Amino acid sequence: MDQLGLKLLREVQELEFALIELNLYLDTHPDDEAALSTFNKLSTRYAEVRRAYEEQVGPLVNYGHSGPVREPWRWIEEPWPWEIEY
Amino acid sequence: MWLYEKKLEYPVRVGKKDLKMAKYILTQFGGPNGELSAAIRYLSQRYSMPTGRAKGVLTDIGTEELAHWEMIATMIYKLTKGATPEEIRRADLGSTYAIWDKGIFPSDSNGVPWTSAYINTMGDPIADLHEDMAAEQKARATYENLINLTDDVDLQDALKFLREREVVHFQRFGETLDHLQGYMNGKKYF
Ligand SMILES: [Fe+2]
Repeated sequence: MDQLGLKLLREVQELEFALIELNLYLDTHPDDEAALSTFNKLSTRYAEVRRAYEEQVGPLVNYGHSGPVREPWRWIEEPWPWEIEY
Repeated sequence: MWLYEKKLEYPVRVGKKDLKMAKYILTQFGGPNGELSAAIRYLSQRYSMPTGRAKGVLTDIGTEELAHWEMIATMIYKLTKGATPEEIRRADLGSTYAIWDKGIFPSDSNGVPWTSAYINTMGDPIADLHEDMAAEQKARATYENLINLTDDVDLQDALKFLREREVVHFQRFGETLDHLQGYMNGKKYF
């Protein structure tokens, strides 16, 4: 994976991590409005960064969840996650 | 339904090839307090939870455990990458190589296969949540043991991330237990 791909991957990982944390927190604190608003803010940003990553590297999610794709079918391209050298 | 995201939850780096460490870490892939046990435990227990909140917590944490399972496999993959049979023999791992080559088989560090006997689904939400909180502490302790067994700072970084996640999961399960106790007491008296 090239440097730009790795940089975008890092951003995707950082944002998703924050969203995982907030998701688990909201599961047990569903009435926390500040947490919900942070979740929404980050979730919007997350969608943008994912789009940039997918443009550069290829789809992040299978079964059509990464939206329409161009030719060629990049889902099967290496490296797979365990093969990436950071 | 589950989707696959083609990325790790957190980057896994290793500083050097280390076959022995790979074998020690294997217990978090298929051992009693490992990530597979955690995922299967939570994802099996969610069906008998009485509230949406408890079902949500078990679904979300169970799913995150699968991401941790993948991180553990990645550590093993990277720690053993390029190892020759001679290196494997010298690291005293010939018996593992004879059976599984370099396949990553869900077993503990001693080769004992993963079994659902490591987990329980009692159907009783209070009993299940207590098991889950204990499981998170056992996983935390296992990560501390693994961190003590290596001086590879890159590997330690990913192990520390996983250790921290167990602490957070323990916290969320504790809150879920309180919520369930409140729910069940309310049901009894009103
Ligand atoms: Fe956990």
